[in-house]
Amino acid sequence: MNEPSTAKNMMRRFMSDYGMIVGLLALCLYYSFATITTEYPEGDQAVRQVADKVLNMRRGDGVVIVVGRDDADKKGTAFVAGTVKALQAGGMTNIEQIVGQPADLRKAIDRVKDSGGKVSAIATTRWVSQWGLIEHLDNKFPEMGDITVVVPEGFTRSRFLQMENIRNVATSNVVIAIIAIGMTFVIITGGIDLSVGSLIAMSAMTAAYCVVEFAGARSAGAGAFTICMFAGILACALVGFLNGLMVTRFSIPPFVVTLAMMLVARGMAFIIGQGELKYQLPNSIVWLGQGADLLGIPNTLVLMVLLYAAAHIMMSRTVLGRYIYAVGGNAEAARLSGVPVKRVILFCYVMCGALAGLGGVIRMSILKSGSPRYGEMAELYIIAAVVVGGTSLSGGKGKIFGTLIGVLIISVIQNGMNLTDVESYTQKVVLGLVILGAVLLDSVRGGKGVQGLARLITAKRSETGSR
Amino acid sequence: MVGNPGNDAEPLLEMRGIDKSFAGVHALKGVDLTLQKGQVLALLGENGAGKSTLIKVLGGAHLADSGSIAIEGRAARISDPHASQAAGVSIIYQEFNLIPALSVRENIFLGRENANFGFVRKSGEYEQSKELFARIGLDIDPDARCEELTVAQQQTVEIAKAISVRARIIVMDEPSAALTGQEVEKLFEIVRDLKAQGIGIIYISHRLEEIFRIADRVMVLRDGEQVGTRDIGDIDHDKLVEMMVGRKLENEFPARTPELGDVRLEADRLNRGRAVRDVSFSVRAGEILALTGLVGAGRTETARLIFGADERDSGEISLDGRALNVRNPRDAIANRICRLTEDRKTQGLVLGHSVRRNFGLPNLSRFSRLGFVDQSVEKSRFEQFVATMRIKVPDSETLAENLSGGNQQKLVLAKWLENDCDVIIFDEPTRGIDVGAKYEIYLLMNELAARGKAVIMISSELPEVLGMSDRIIVMHEGAITGEITDVAGATQERIMHLAIGSGTK
Repeated sequence: MNEPSTAKNMMRRFMSDYGMIVGLLALCLYYSFATITTEYPEGDQAVRQVADKVLNMRRGDGVVIVVGRDDADKKGTAFVAGTVKALQAGGMTNIEQIVGQPADLRKAIDRVKDSGGKVSAIATTRWVSQWGLIEHLDNKFPEMGDITVVVPEGFTRSRFLQMENIRNVATSNVVIAIIAIGMTFVIITGGIDLSVGSLIAMSAMTAAYCVVEFAGARSAGAGAFTICMFAGILACALVGFLNGLMVTRFSIPPFVVTLAMMLVARGMAFIIGQGELKYQLPNSIVWLGQGADLLGIPNTLVLMVLLYAAAHIMMSRTVLGRYIYAVGGNAEAARLSGVPVKRVILFCYVMCGALAGLGGVIRMSILKSGSPRYGEMAELYIIAAVVVGGTSLSGGKGKIFGTLIGVLIISVIQNGMNLTDVESYTQKVVLGLVILGAVLLDSVRGGKGVQGLARLITAKRSETGSR
Repeated sequence: MVGNPGNDAEPLLEMRGIDKSFAGVHALKGVDLTLQKGQVLALLGENGAGKSTLIKVLGGAHLADSGSIAIEGRAARISDPHASQAAGVSIIYQEFNLIPALSVRENIFLGRENANFGFVRKSGEYEQSKELFARIGLDIDPDARCEELTVAQQQTVEIAKAISVRARIIVMDEPSAALTGQEVEKLFEIVRDLKAQGIGIIYISHRLEEIFRIADRVMVLRDGEQVGTRDIGDIDHDKLVEMMVGRKLENEFPARTPELGDVRLEADRLNRGRAVRDVSFSVRAGEILALTGLVGAGRTETARLIFGADERDSGEISLDGRALNVRNPRDAIANRICRLTEDRKTQGLVLGHSVRRNFGLPNLSRFSRLGFVDQSVEKSRFEQFVATMRIKVPDSETLAENLSGGNQQKLVLAKWLENDCDVIIFDEPTRGIDVGAKYEIYLLMNELAARGKAVIMISSELPEVLGMSDRIIVMHEGAITGEITDVAGATQERIMHLAIGSGTK
């Protein structure tokens, strides 16, 4: 045992398991800077800021003109009214207020000039300060001397880093993240499950159908609709069981089995609702999808984190987790070591189906309706997340938290591209390339950089030969 | 066979100062190798001594960290397997490089198909394949799919393939390991034929008697270092073993006095297709039973039936007098029967996983509570085996694929020894293993027997069968052809007669 290298080895192992976390951090950093913009306070904040500044100036006894634009949303009116009120509260009396156009302001200044008075300040909004008249006050009214223009001060911030946006990133793909747990199990055994996207719809439709038909539709009680949700999950677990049975008992390739089941489940989703939405659901049904009971954290997010923690413990600490990895690594060696290979594979497909069912129920709860069109193409995003997260499609290797990072990478890219106004078609191209890049990076890292890449290319032949 | 035909000329192959390290393991430490035209150089060393690594450097599968390679005096840059082939090197690796689903012919001509405008001229390839096999003296149908061939036949296809590329340097890594005596003789004929054509051959084998018969020079590696290179005439068997293990080895097989107990395992008329036919036998506590015969005689298949790896058509298995219903390996393990597979890479280990996880796999029920694995127990148990069995491994998180063949075999042993079974089936336990490690494995088998376990040893190596077992069962074409209870008085010839089905008893 070589003790001194242990720390280094641990680091290396961490990087090989969770190296994509670097990619995620890099993306976050990039979008934090790419979305930096200058913004100006509006509403009450603007009023308070401008009023304070004017009161602090307190220069002589000139008139303070408060100007707002006369626009449709009455923001200018509100600004002027608010500011005047604040100034008066601060003891200022010599105030002129205008809501209108540049011409109105010109008239007001002229009036002060004619009466022999002075304008000590013009308090206004960011919009109005861009009027030509205000920008060229010195030229237009040279005799009025120095007029201070008071406007709200701009500040810079990163739109990506806003609390609301981060919350958005975390919750936008919560359904995909939850199903990706099950997909990770299946892919680690060396399989694949293409039916999960359709199962989202089937689960949502089953649950919604049960609520509408048996639980009293809009007047359904919490207990009743919870049972209906479990019915949806159970139906999907059953489909997962069938998938697993086909794969283990009849040795049909998982790709084919789940491709067929993808069509079956999608069709079932339409049949259940006869092609229509089911939206006659009670208001309280959105608790799971829209509620945020724990310190304001969305319930879906709490559920997701709990599921990931449980899955991580299962995969890293339990006998079952060991068996799942062993089956994917070498099914025959695992069987000869006493691993119940078929039961392990069956378990993974059932879990994947059940989690897809849970995902469908969550979607129903978020949108307060069931639709047979939910989850179209979702299976591809889910598989992509698992792969980006470092799980090998050939089985035996992968980490649960890697999958979560994979989901987050996809979420951050989607969110970042939305914030930077990238078109949706372009977004698809970028996402596709990111998935390809992640897999390429992974296989290169497996063999130490460029040398590894070279070996990867040259060694392919002999590797396939020895199979 | 002393003397080197091309000694005065420029060497055919010269490797200088080859150095190579893997994560934490210094596999080769400045090794030099010289090979003359028409020479057979035997490469010897214990498992993990660096033989395979050196060969993989020559074959372009590994890149050396430093050192140079010259072929016929010209520096050769071998950066990948193609460059190696182009330089005239052909390597027959221990693990076959055949594509199972393709035919023998397609495998032999893979990558250099005999084609007209992209259309393969099958008949031409077929004839050439036939010729090749005629030269080797074996009858293999060139249109048979490789997965249908026996291990020995696959090996032969590998040799035919290497011969067919007209290489100037042929490396054979344990070529005889899966061959029967007859086939080995044919292999030697071919090797002599190649020598006569001026081809240089690097021959890796653990069977020392073969080396004395075929090699001109012998080079010994130990722990990645060169111990020495000698003409075969200047060295004898004992001296060679001493060079390999670095110490004198007294006996090849450790002595023991068997203490036989009651019958533990009994197999009654086992049947599976043509592979196993009406096989009945029993093993006692404290007994080492050898199951021998030619490759394909049904020994492994019989073991697989007992272990539940395959389904039996009929027959009963009982343990300590009670009938067992073993349907899969899990049942067998639960009944304290374990089996060490002959093919550790595809059946014994999960190569991409850590050595600790491989060790733990059949033992998790004892390393876990309420389904949670206690990794510290697992790790400490494993480290005990690393120490007592002297497994060379940087740490317990090293991937099994990074271990040398011998250490992989020790790992497989460790995982089953930890399991503490009552009946232990060793399938070719010393195949591809060096003398020193062999002795350790023999000691282990003796110890297990002394502790009252029933040991079944499947082996093709007759000296091993005679040296280790208390009783010998010989199989031929799926059936038992003889049983030898008087092992001390038995001879290799007697076993061979039974093995080829011409036995009288």
